[in-house]
Amino acid sequence: MEIVQPAMAGTLESSDCQVTVEPGNNGIEFNLESVVINQFGNQIKKVVMETLKNMEVSQVKISIVDKGALDCTIKARVEGALFRSVGQFDHLPWGGAVR
Amino acid sequence: MINAVGRDIPDEILKATGKEVFQGIHYRDGYTYKKDGPVTRCVSDNTRSKLVDSIHDALIKCNIKDGMTLGFHHHFREGDYIVNMVMEEVHRLGIKDITICASSLGKAHDPIVPYIEDGTITNIQSSGVRGKIGQAISSGKLKGLAIMRSHGGRVRAIESGETRIDIAFIGAPTCDDYGNCRGIGGKSNCGVLSYALVDGDYADQVVAITDCLVPFPNFPAHISMTKVDYVVVVDAIGNPDKIATGAAKPTTDMRKLMMADYCTQFVVNTPYFKDGFSYQTGVGGASIASTISLAKIMKERNIRMRFGVGGLTKPMCDLLANDQVDCLLDTQDFDLDAVESVKDLKHFRISAGEYANPFNKGAVVNKLDFVILAALEVDINFNCNVVVGSDGEITGAQGGHPDTAAGAKCAIVIVPLLQGRIPAVCTEVTAVTTPGESIDVVVTDYGIAINPKRKDLIDAMRGVDLPFKTIEELRDIAYSMVGEPEKVKFDDKVVGIIESRDGTILDVVRKVKEYTFADN
Amino acid sequence: MMNPEKKRLRRTMMFLNAQKPGLIKDPYIYKPDSIMLDLEDAVAENQKDAARFSLYHALKEINYHGCERVVRINALDTPYWKEDIRCAVAGGCDSIRIPKTERAEDVKLVEEAVAAAEKEFNISQGRTLIMAAIESARGVMKVLEICESSERLFGIALSGGDYTKDLQTRITGTGVELMGARQHMIIAARAAGVQCFDTVYTNLDDMEGFRKEVESIHLMGFDGKSIINPRQISIVHEIFTPTVKDIIFAEKVVKEIDDKKAKGIGVFTVDGKMIDIAFYDGAIRTIYMAKASGVYKGDL
Repeated sequence: MEIVQPAMAGTLESSDCQVTVEPGNNGIEFNLESVVINQFGNQIKKVVMETLKNMEVSQVKISIVDKGALDCTIKARVEGALFRSVGQFDHLPWGGAVR
Repeated sequence: MINAVGRDIPDEILKATGKEVFQGIHYRDGYTYKKDGPVTRCVSDNTRSKLVDSIHDALIKCNIKDGMTLGFHHHFREGDYIVNMVMEEVHRLGIKDITICASSLGKAHDPIVPYIEDGTITNIQSSGVRGKIGQAISSGKLKGLAIMRSHGGRVRAIESGETRIDIAFIGAPTCDDYGNCRGIGGKSNCGVLSYALVDGDYADQVVAITDCLVPFPNFPAHISMTKVDYVVVVDAIGNPDKIATGAAKPTTDMRKLMMADYCTQFVVNTPYFKDGFSYQTGVGGASIASTISLAKIMKERNIRMRFGVGGLTKPMCDLLANDQVDCLLDTQDFDLDAVESVKDLKHFRISAGEYANPFNKGAVVNKLDFVILAALEVDINFNCNVVVGSDGEITGAQGGHPDTAAGAKCAIVIVPLLQGRIPAVCTEVTAVTTPGESIDVVVTDYGIAINPKRKDLIDAMRGVDLPFKTIEELRDIAYSMVGEPEKVKFDDKVVGIIESRDGTILDVVRKVKEYTFADN
Repeated sequence: MMNPEKKRLRRTMMFLNAQKPGLIKDPYIYKPDSIMLDLEDAVAENQKDAARFSLYHALKEINYHGCERVVRINALDTPYWKEDIRCAVAGGCDSIRIPKTERAEDVKLVEEAVAAAEKEFNISQGRTLIMAAIESARGVMKVLEICESSERLFGIALSGGDYTKDLQTRITGTGVELMGARQHMIIAARAAGVQCFDTVYTNLDDMEGFRKEVESIHLMGFDGKSIINPRQISIVHEIFTPTVKDIIFAEKVVKEIDDKKAKGIGVFTVDGKMIDIAFYDGAIRTIYMAKASGVYKGDL
């Protein structure tokens, strides 16, 4: 997937996270601000990288403001932002790239 | 050196503080010592006035100098103006190396952080700190060691002379010109002055600060003129809206209600729940809800409480109003209903020493059947942490947690299993602030764990329909949902110590390291 | 073969916004019989897409400990419902709730989309059930044909807010405005052999009013109620769970009828009450409800 335009998904509510993606040309530029960074920073990064890999994204600026989201929410918000960026809202690859 | 809760206390800290490591909650039972006494300046000349014009003048009269220890109480909680007003004047005088010995500090005291940074304040002794002071200490800005000690532990430290207060500043809701202080009345009515009584008794010099000067005699005095050197009148000693709030509306959060229900069901199924039992609880939503549901069952079963202790709130005072308890013993009032209840003849004010000092000839906490507590974290050894956030930063206070847990026959901790993504039940707490040997039960929204050493309680609960689990099972449920948290990375630098109530060292708090990703 | 889940116990069906991570992470601790993860009214128009990702991963990764996972899709006159179904079925939801159902064809449309999604995502055919929410006067008038529209349909639910608007009245708290719809729906549901669920009660400050409403719909024959807050669960379960007295009596009735039938006796007394074969099904249902609610400890 190629990031077409900046997009955002998620909220700043407790247990949620807000993910912003922008087109990039410097590989994956990852930026994380999290209330649980000391305990889960690496885990969050791992989930984000896996999700980007599943979606075959290799060039992106991705910033996350995390309020203690679980892995399933982090994945959902990253995917939400990515599909918004390319404007795809139907015929989504459930169980394929989204997994 | 490894202490009795498995924490490694660095030798240099033991050397620097002259303290021993924690060796069990009753290690110092029977210990004998000579109490410290204040250096007292007599007032016999009847023409001498104690009134001084300003905090500045009081400081000058008290010969404020570098290295002194100043005492403060926290009855005004997040509405307190006293600490900031005094420290501003101290700073203006260019005084350095002050030790603050407060019964607690909160976010209201964020403005003193610059004085920590510039060396005006170099030591802090408190039940705990929140907000920016916590951040400042955790990032290594305090020159000396922060000492976190319980309410009972503070009285012990002062009475035993471990801490000598040079000047105590007592915010008094009402005071006369001769220094008779009351927690009652005025604009900043906080009900009681329990935490300040030891300052009155043991500080060399005592300055009463009030915004409501009343005619002599302001009786019955909570702190007597016989202990007060100077009286300062200021415009405001606190923000009444933040001192005693309106009673919190009982929670409607089902998670809290469910935990409260589990807690109450546990309480009523123990052998201690019988006519004449005693009880203390905190101010959290679940604690308050459990008091309300307990009151209902007491009524249904015609069981009467002998005494309630606190940290009081409306639901506890309602027990008195509804004649379900013989008396209340009060160290602090959290809402206006509790302040109002102080007038009741069966509502007794007690000092922090009577309440919780382990170096007394016995304290009220020792007579408690139940105490209902909260925690930031509990580990599989039932050790609790109420001071250091899971991110390593100091952000809470011991209060009476270790005192009541050690004293009560049944100490129950109510805690939601997850705080956001943070598991409250974990393998090892970030800091031990109450030893697991004094915690009997942990109630969570996912189940209840009884400390395995309490075989009697485990037996009492046979056949009781509650979701019992082992503490390890609770941890495993938490980890299965959120993942196992990484350990917070700390520097070697120790920024504070967690003192046990008997003055030994339970744990140390280290400077937090800035986070870096593993693969960077 | 009928999906046995069609008849499962559904005393409480709790709505949750599928888009709120804090809500969907562990509603099972309150032990509702079903949760209804909502993609419709609770989700703002510009979050419909994001809610699906949240739903999909929740269905896939959160262990709901045996709670039925129903997904309320967007209405059939929106551009969202087809993708909602693909997402929900792919995630492995147990049932789809159709909002604003007005005719049998609505259910059939959904049934087709569900079957297609099951095929696409390799889900065993017929696993995903359907329930239909009735939210209009037309829906109420067509309720029998809706009940009989699909083998997958396990029940119907009244949605009182929209229905009363359509009726040009409002929720009064007395129940008078819902009388006709409730009566009509429960009769049609029983005639068709499907379950029937009552509408939500939105005033959380009036737990007594809620209790009264649950008592009355229980007596009317409803199988359960849609709820909006976990505080409502214990009240519904208390009312829908047979009492110890009911269970003991039902047990005696079943045992006596089995015994007397063998002996050729048609009418007899249990605890002083005249009993005949007509009591049998009711007693069996009491035992079933007691078992399903986890309170039956007998040997029937």
